[in-house]
Amino acid sequence: MRVRILLPAHLRVLARVQGEVTVEVESATVRSVLDAVEARYPMLEGTIRDHTTKERRAFLRFFACEQDLSHEPPDAPLPEAVASGKEPLLVIGAVAGG
Amino acid sequence: MSEVRVLVGTRKGAFVLTSDGKRESWTVDGPHFAGWEIYHMKGSPADPNRIYASQTSGWFGQVVQRSDDGGATWNPVGNKFAYDGEAGTHQWYDGTPHPWEFKRAWHIEPSLTDPETVYAGVEDAALFRSADAGNSWQELPGLRRHGSGPHWQPGAGGMCLHTILLDPKDPKRMYIAISAAGAFRTDDGGETWKPINRGLRSEFIPDPTAEVGHCVHHIAMHPSRPGVLFMQKHWDVMRSDDAGDNWTEVSGNLPTDFGFAIDVHAHEPETIYVVPIKSDGEHFPLEGKLRVYRSRSGGNEWEPLTKGLPQENCYVNVLRDAMAVDSLDRCGIYFGTTGGQVYVSADAGDSWAPIVRDLPAVLSVEVQTLP
Repeated sequence: MRVRILLPAHLRVLARVQGEVTVEVESATVRSVLDAVEARYPMLEGTIRDHTTKERRAFLRFFACEQDLSHEPPDAPLPEAVASGKEPLLVIGAVAGG
Repeated sequence: MSEVRVLVGTRKGAFVLTSDGKRESWTVDGPHFAGWEIYHMKGSPADPNRIYASQTSGWFGQVVQRSDDGGATWNPVGNKFAYDGEAGTHQWYDGTPHPWEFKRAWHIEPSLTDPETVYAGVEDAALFRSADAGNSWQELPGLRRHGSGPHWQPGAGGMCLHTILLDPKDPKRMYIAISAAGAFRTDDGGETWKPINRGLRSEFIPDPTAEVGHCVHHIAMHPSRPGVLFMQKHWDVMRSDDAGDNWTEVSGNLPTDFGFAIDVHAHEPETIYVVPIKSDGEHFPLEGKLRVYRSRSGGNEWEPLTKGLPQENCYVNVLRDAMAVDSLDRCGIYFGTTGGQVYVSADAGDSWAPIVRDLPAVLSVEVQTLP
């Protein structure tokens, strides 16, 4: 299945992409999608998840279908609308700075 | 005709400033990596077109960029800084043990002879080396495993390894400095390290003359005399004539001996520069006057350099890596401020002019002198 991902603007610049990216995964989970994103754009390794622990960086959030999936287990299935490509998985930089 | 290339790291991107040897007319290129903090950029002495940059963000962590064409284009290289083995603990601000956690690379130091080899000083304090032009990084763990490591504590800016000096006469010798652990030296290429803080006195630690725990802000060396070191400590300007084994204070007649930056004239090893800052509680120049102080005697006797610098209502800071010199004749001196100005003196400090006035806060300044 092909999943759409919208990265924060700074990471789109780093990965030299415009708009959404798409990756092909066998089962759509946060882990599988981000593994595929990092495999295709290795410069993003460490910028969304910790290199070693693969934990989400503290100031990033994962949203989809108007839900905050940030605290879901990384192997939990993503919503059907994401898995089917109807909706993107959003990687969001938290608003900070006052 | 010679050219100078000034590499400026700021809170919101990198800038490359270029001029001919007159250093009067400048081209400003940037921002590169707009919106990211660029803690440091430095070119390889062995291949000046190769430049490394430490790019960091509270959101996205660490990126290292490399240019192979003098800063015109950049590519991200390796950004994985994994501590060797069990990371262990150091002391936290409250004195409790705290796990070593990588936060960012403060300083990048390319090898003097091999463009593929580059060192990185990071927070939490450790030294890393890459032998493949930044694609992968390995810790030199002997430093962090020095017996004093569990007792190191962060300074106000974090527990950062911010200074790396490579000895041009002895490839096995290098110096590093950590806030707030102090200065260390290796004589065996980084396998083992010794603290070199004898003579430092820091009233803010329980034993003011302890072996470690000093908040060293920066160290400078003249390449012709790598055993002579000049240090801006939290308070006090110091010098060592024996490769750091012993230090003596040379603050002399400075109006305040707090500060961050220190550097050495390219052709006069006893001519040194500092920017006195009022205090650790007030990080701006005394009396609102931005003054560089120069000593032509290796310290103790200092003269203020003010021509072309603001002498009223100036409340900027000059950070530890934000001063550099070129190797033209006459020697050019450069520094950047937290107010976004980068100043140049093309006459060894006698007079100054801004290259740019309105960059984001400047974190680092390095200069390349090109043929």
